[in-house]
Amino acid sequence: MAPAAPRSDEAIFASVEHVNSELFTLTYGAIVRQLLTDLEEVEEVNKQLDQMGYNIGIRLVDEFLAKSNVSKCVDFKETAEVGFKMFLGITASVTNWDAEGTTCSLILEDNPLVDFVELPDTCQDLYYCNIFSGIIRGALEMVSMKTEVTWVRDMLRGDDAFELKVKLLKQVSEEYPYKDDE
Amino acid sequence: MKQYANVLDRPISKGKQEVSLSGFAFLFSELVQYNQTQVDNIAELERRLEDAGYAVGTRILELLCHREKGNRRETRLLGILSFVHSTVWKVLFGKVADSLEKGTEHEDEYMISEKELLVNRFISIPKDMGAFNCGAFVAGIVRGVLDNAGFPAVVSAHFVPVDGQQRPRTTILIKFAEEVLQREARLG
Repeated sequence: MAPAAPRSDEAIFASVEHVNSELFTLTYGAIVRQLLTDLEEVEEVNKQLDQMGYNIGIRLVDEFLAKSNVSKCVDFKETAEVGFKMFLGITASVTNWDAEGTTCSLILEDNPLVDFVELPDTCQDLYYCNIFSGIIRGALEMVSMKTEVTWVRDMLRGDDAFELKVKLLKQVSEEYPYKDDE
Repeated sequence: MKQYANVLDRPISKGKQEVSLSGFAFLFSELVQYNQTQVDNIAELERRLEDAGYAVGTRILELLCHREKGNRRETRLLGILSFVHSTVWKVLFGKVADSLEKGTEHEDEYMISEKELLVNRFISIPKDMGAFNCGAFVAGIVRGVLDNAGFPAVVSAHFVPVDGQQRPRTTILIKFAEEVLQREARLG
């Protein structure tokens, strides 16, 4: 039986249960605040946010694959656009492919995490949305792609949009946990 | 999107935007897991979740007072309780709370109950954690709203088993401070 055609991202977002984005925004703010109080060093907070995002990403990818019906041999563009729409209701665009097709930029125009947020002077090096880079890295690693995700533009620092650069480091082949001859 | 120099100049959103429930559930689970690594016992964990919720409550009170109530302040006990039970619950969880009751044993106790609290939906508590309830986060939100509205209280979350239902319902117990009751009596 042929697999169902991939549903449009709007349709998937409409079919999942929703929660007010303000609860989401404020909860994320509480998390960042707790981290800043506990860890004090902005670099440490960036790392911890990335780690938390990684933990989320490795589980999120299962739900993404289950609900969105995209086939395995999919390109970044569709994955990113559908993924962001499905979980956050926002439109992400994928651009700036380099010559080898291993690096691209993900641009977010609006971002529910940063409603009501302003970075104080003491935290200018904080990547507030660093959880995104962890989520993307974790999710892609579960589908055998080792990537590096960095921030290019950050609206909290005065840029006009959020831009993430996703670079494919290598494709990891699937390893079976058991050896055949044992 | 128009850029504003100051975040305070930006227009406030209408509050209709939504994200997926699973997105929120993942985020909340990370909050709980992170706090588990920072504490040694359950009481500490509940306190930390409550503190996180307190910050949310403070901000949601300010936002809702401005947006939903036209900057009118609640001065009476029943007024603030029904604000929490209806308006706050509706905005945060999409529905009003299941019930609001007055405690029978003590004058200063009130209870807001919910059959299945949103934050607890995807959480199961291991046996060795006893009476721990992630609803402590919601208790913190309620405490943040009440405290900043001028009604200091001690708020906690409890599981109450219900006959015929597999999952217990969650009750948020609110115990108001003495001064609140005295003021309420004075106002008549």
